[in-house]
Amino acid sequence: MYEIRIHSRGGQGGVTAAKLLALAAFRDGKHATAFPFYGTERRGAPVVSFVRIDDEPIKVYSQIHEPDLVIVLDTSIMDVVDVLDGLKTDGTVLLNSAHPITGCNGACRYVDLTGIALAENLVVAGSPILNTPVIGALAKMGIVTLPSAEKAIREMFSDERNVKAARAAYEELKI
Amino acid sequence: MSAIPKEEYLYKCTSACAGCSSSLCLRYVLKAAGPDSVLVIPACCTSVIQGTYPGTAMSVPVYNVAFAASAACASGMSEAFAAMGRETNVIVYAGDGGTVDIGIQALSGAFERGTNFLYICYDNEAYGNTGMQRSGATPLGARTTTTPGGKPTTKKDLDRIVEAHNPPYMATACSAYPLDLYKKVKKALSIEGPKFIHVLAPCPPGWRYPTEKTVEMGKLAVKTGTWILYEREYGKLTINGPSKAAMRKPAPLEDYIRGQGRFKNVSPEILNLMRQQVQQNIERLSREEAGVC
Amino acid sequence: MLTIATGNKAVAAAVKAAKPGVIAAYPITPQTEIVEQIADYVAGGDLESRYIPVESEHSAMAACIGASVGGVRTFTATSSHGLLYMHEMVHWAAGARLPIVMANVNRALGPGWNIWAEHTDAFSQRDTGWLQVFVGTVQEAYDATLMAFKVAEDERVLLPLMVNLDGFALSHITQSLETVDIGDFLPPYHLPHAIDTENPLGYGPVTGPADYVRFRWDIERSMRDARGVIAEVEREFAERFGRSYGPTEDYRCEDADVIVVAMGTLGKEAEVAIDRLRDAGIKAGSMRLRWFRPFPDLDLAGREVVVIDRDYSFGFGGVVAHAIRSKTGIEPYSVIAGLGGQEVTYNDIADFVRNRRPGTETWFGVSDHV
Repeated sequence: MYEIRIHSRGGQGGVTAAKLLALAAFRDGKHATAFPFYGTERRGAPVVSFVRIDDEPIKVYSQIHEPDLVIVLDTSIMDVVDVLDGLKTDGTVLLNSAHPITGCNGACRYVDLTGIALAENLVVAGSPILNTPVIGALAKMGIVTLPSAEKAIREMFSDERNVKAARAAYEELKI
Repeated sequence: MSAIPKEEYLYKCTSACAGCSSSLCLRYVLKAAGPDSVLVIPACCTSVIQGTYPGTAMSVPVYNVAFAASAACASGMSEAFAAMGRETNVIVYAGDGGTVDIGIQALSGAFERGTNFLYICYDNEAYGNTGMQRSGATPLGARTTTTPGGKPTTKKDLDRIVEAHNPPYMATACSAYPLDLYKKVKKALSIEGPKFIHVLAPCPPGWRYPTEKTVEMGKLAVKTGTWILYEREYGKLTINGPSKAAMRKPAPLEDYIRGQGRFKNVSPEILNLMRQQVQQNIERLSREEAGVC
Repeated sequence: MLTIATGNKAVAAAVKAAKPGVIAAYPITPQTEIVEQIADYVAGGDLESRYIPVESEHSAMAACIGASVGGVRTFTATSSHGLLYMHEMVHWAAGARLPIVMANVNRALGPGWNIWAEHTDAFSQRDTGWLQVFVGTVQEAYDATLMAFKVAEDERVLLPLMVNLDGFALSHITQSLETVDIGDFLPPYHLPHAIDTENPLGYGPVTGPADYVRFRWDIERSMRDARGVIAEVEREFAERFGRSYGPTEDYRCEDADVIVVAMGTLGKEAEVAIDRLRDAGIKAGSMRLRWFRPFPDLDLAGREVVVIDRDYSFGFGGVVAHAIRSKTGIEPYSVIAGLGGQEVTYNDIADFVRNRRPGTETWFGVSDHV
């Protein structure tokens, strides 16, 4: 079972990113579950979402305490939340950042999702949409396949720019 | 009176108290509504009047529902009939406690949603079914079992609350004027949407007057201007015949008060306040009808 | 069709397939997504129902009562305080023998305000005469909601039915969902005592003790008959759609020395704990209790039992533990865990089994209790 924890702020699309990722994995023929940890819903508050992907049906409902992958959609959260908490020793971190960030152990990857979203003008209510480009980055990392990522995005969003953003992230992420 | 059908939908020998004016009202309501009608009733005097299982005193379906729930239940029933393409009348027949107190939230909701039904509140100004405790509709000064010294506050103005929902039709009526009530029910049922009729229903044991005076008591309520008969169609007010004269020159309030044990020992100060209220009400409605605001 | 959905969306999809004539509902977290989705179906013309946006849950159930006796299939959804606010009408719906289906998204009760999973809300309606089923997956939320209409509307039952799913843990989790073309699985709604102005009846008038007792017994008789009806409907569902359910979902119970009894998502999480325990040489199994009313006969003879209660009856104990004790005579190890959405992992459940002390009760996460 591959376990992913996504850190974001309310309104940034972390919850939707989890659903998209689960759908993409599902289109790959895998079993997947996605769920957010909901506090009271407020814009801007730190939000955690979880995704599990496995070849077998998933029966676990508890939160992910030892993730294989941590995704940080907003690195400012790292000042208030220990995003690396419980990360497996061989685990991976994916940051929405144009630059590497020091103090990030494990295999740390970064890609400028915000820049990609802005380049495609994917902005809703003043916020860049990060949930579709991040799926492209995850496809590059081999979590899901790129065709399934694109299929999932098209199932959930009609705007083709979302697929373009995912492809851009796929291209930009260095492995 | 010849316009009123001979068919009876409320059978004789109900469990009503002698001199019960609310069952008199119900008789005319059902004559106006006819057989393709359903009564929804919360806990109220009519819960008892309808008789006990397995009997029923009515020849239309009667749906008994919990005290606070009649307007909401009627909402569901009305929507079900609409979904089935049926035009059956859905009529709530509820007492004042079930309307102005515990049922007012459901009433407000149903009117706001535009439910197609007729809500009739028969108002005997207290919880009659449980032995005359005060309700929000009990008038100032009236003695009940829970206001043994007379009610210190005034009657809740239900009509202005309902009016605030802008229903297509609302009216007041009184058991002493059955033809007026009959016509109002007929008119209400010809209109789509939420309709409301507020009927004053004097109660011999509750108000403490002899049973044979039940019609007279209703007439006095109107003649003294204590109860004003009117209709509001799409907001437009029309004062009805009997009240037109009464509002111009109301009979002395004492004529109405004197015959009722519940107002015994009302102080001159309270009586004065009651008089002021009647006058204010008359003036407010007269001004509105005349278009002077 | 194969897709992904949350538990809430799965319930809404089943309701869409069942085509109720009237849906009356009031929003409450974490159920709101159900009624929002249904309102969307109705507004978009995907579901030809009358949607009544009531002003309270009391009115939601009252409207369902009026609509159900009026002659159409009805549905509502609620949670927690909403369920408690409609309590009077919950009783009324059962007493009036109306096959209303309600989704209850299990949530804790205030104070303090808590929006997360707990079963106390549903158990507080235990004695109302409603059938109650608890589901453990998104797919099961869909399947159970579809079957609910068929069970409730069966003339041998004619009682309302509550489909329970854990707040957030199931209502908001995204899993795979296979929706089906239900065909004629659900017969047209037929209520023998629907309002008929050609045959006017008095419904629920003052009823003397002798008749009242007979009406109450009739509810119990139907509750007992419901066991067979549920089995029939679940069998037909399996034949038509290939997914089978029973009164419990048993996992590795055959040769188990100790069985974990739990409900909802904790019952699924327990299966993972069982695998871990088996790997460590402990012969454990799990039994996820699906039906709570009517309460099924459980085959637990000769086993040790660990009951996880996501609820509590103050001054007495866990509601499920009490039911197990009185139904089987077995003194279980009673674990109170998961209240107010408390995090309970499969490792925790495995620990409950390892550290079991039959005949005692423990509160998970409360270190100083005895």
